Amino acid sequence: MTTTAAARSTAATQPIIEMRGVNKWYGEFHVLKDINSTVLQGQKVVVCGPSGSGKSTMIRCINRLEEHQAGQLVVDGIELTNDVKNIEQIRREVGMVFQQFNLFPHLTVMENLTLAPIWVRKVPKKEAEETAMAYLNRVHIPEQAQKYPGQLSGGQQQRVAIARSLCMKPKIMLFDEPTSALDPEMIKEVLDVMIGLAEEGMTMICVTHEMGFARTVADFMVFMDKGEIVETAPPKDFFANPKTDRAKLFLSQILGH
Amino acid sequence: MTANPTVQAKPQALIDGGFPAGGLMSLPAVQWARANLFSNWINTAVTLVFAYFILKGLFGFLSWGVFNAIWSAPDSRLCREAKGVGACWALITEKYRFILFGTYAYDEQWRPAIVIVIFIALYVASAMRRFWNRNLVFIWVGGLALIGVLMWGGILGLKYVENERWGGLPLTLSLATFGIAFAFPLSILLALGRRSRLPAIKAMCVGYIELIRGVPLISLLFMASVMFPLFLPEGVTFDKLLRAQVAIIMFTAAYLAEVVRGGLQAIPKGQFEAADALGLGYWQKTGMIIMPQALRLVIPPLVNTFIGLFKDTSLVVIIGLFDLLNAVKAAIQEPQWRGFGVEAYISVSIIYFIFCFAMSKYSQKIEADFAQARNR
Repeated sequence: MTTTAAARSTAATQPIIEMRGVNKWYGEFHVLKDINSTVLQGQKVVVCGPSGSGKSTMIRCINRLEEHQAGQLVVDGIELTNDVKNIEQIRREVGMVFQQFNLFPHLTVMENLTLAPIWVRKVPKKEAEETAMAYLNRVHIPEQAQKYPGQLSGGQQQRVAIARSLCMKPKIMLFDEPTSALDPEMIKEVLDVMIGLAEEGMTMICVTHEMGFARTVADFMVFMDKGEIVETAPPKDFFANPKTDRAKLFLSQILGH
Repeated sequence: MTANPTVQAKPQALIDGGFPAGGLMSLPAVQWARANLFSNWINTAVTLVFAYFILKGLFGFLSWGVFNAIWSAPDSRLCREAKGVGACWALITEKYRFILFGTYAYDEQWRPAIVIVIFIALYVASAMRRFWNRNLVFIWVGGLALIGVLMWGGILGLKYVENERWGGLPLTLSLATFGIAFAFPLSILLALGRRSRLPAIKAMCVGYIELIRGVPLISLLFMASVMFPLFLPEGVTFDKLLRAQVAIIMFTAAYLAEVVRGGLQAIPKGQFEAADALGLGYWQKTGMIIMPQALRLVIPPLVNTFIGLFKDTSLVVIIGLFDLLNAVKAAIQEPQWRGFGVEAYISVSIIYFIFCFAMSKYSQKIEADFAQARNR
């Protein structure tokens, strides 16, 4: 906790993600309504809200897995447009961890980790393998390097997925419900890795329902409902006295049981 | 047909001197038969009826095909005497060179013979995993160059043989080999094109696939041989073999494209997203993440189409090329061997079967290998 706070005060200086009036529609359905938010370098943001509130869609806009139709979205000083060069440049700097892990099942763990550094970052193979081994050590599964994803447990797969993103040395990490597909006993091993990452000062945006994790690492909470950002507040304030009725209802539902 | 407990091995069988007390009845094979074939009177009756027909068919074939067969004869006189009683394999021993090599210059037929061996060696090398690297490309280029030199000749003191005279098995193998070698990559591009977001490319690929799939191969071959030259400026000609080859490639590619597309559609969206999120470009994503998975999923229908292509090469008969099947047809056109079609067709069927069965078996092996690597 104290290290997180320290990292916060020193690194949180310049904006790394800026959303200004971001809007998105699926046909008639308005999924994102006028999203305005700024994330500073080194900040950890936890996004929460009921399902269908647009939280996944919002973070998927940040690396252009989803396209926004109106407004401005600037990541690491580059505005996201239809320009493929810009998109690929941003994706190199933004790592993403998915709910379903999405490891490449036909490649070994080592190949999963080194593929993008070798082909996108043009890192020599040997160096990429050394980096990969270092990250596998960090997520505590160096012994699984030569296995295929199908041979690992869910928690191990998700840790490999985190390591795979880290191998690209990203400036920002996006987590899209990283623990929702895991068995309860595996959630902690993944959250521990994420907490470690936060303590090192990584800029992180996490969509998650793990409120304990949110309390530990978040600089601020973003609460979304029906495609809007309803409330933005530090976790202490957000959990203790939410300002809006919608946030109160949401919190009572997920913390109530 | 549950196993009858009374037919389980009896331990006392071994007490008196190791000789089974029940005699033959205690052998495992006999016990299996009793349990599965003779467990009640209906089973017994069905077993006996089928055994009768199977044995009768088998003995009939053996007596015709082996015991009463004429294995060699200078002309068909002996065969005509034995007709209906014994097979005339003499036809094959007399005409095998025409069947295998078609109208290729008789004195030069050692060349297509070597070509067959080279083709088979190339297939075997490609099937072995330890050759799965860049060298395989050189092996193929070298092998095909050698095949070209041997078939055409005209250099190194070899007599020139124009490809109008090629025939038999080398023709079948080269139509099939080049057919697969060009149709497969083309089909991958077509399948990707059909899923493209660019409307022009998508429309072109859909149009091509639907158009080509909608017409029979025979009509494509006809068009290639009869209509196509009409559209060319005077003096420009492609040879007949090349035109047939192009028709086969175009036809097969349309079918393969749909097989490949089926594989592409089975890949979860998350795989595309993960590749995108890592910053991989379109061709990197397709070549390293999507295609390897998609193609593994469609090995059975891919090989299905390959086998179909191998046999469809025999349709070049309609534009007058002497592939394996047409060469057989021509062989039994000769007055003295007329009426021995069965023997001739059985023989080429065996050749077709060997190649197709090998493809089928190999595809099963490769599927098992991939499945093992993923789930071990």
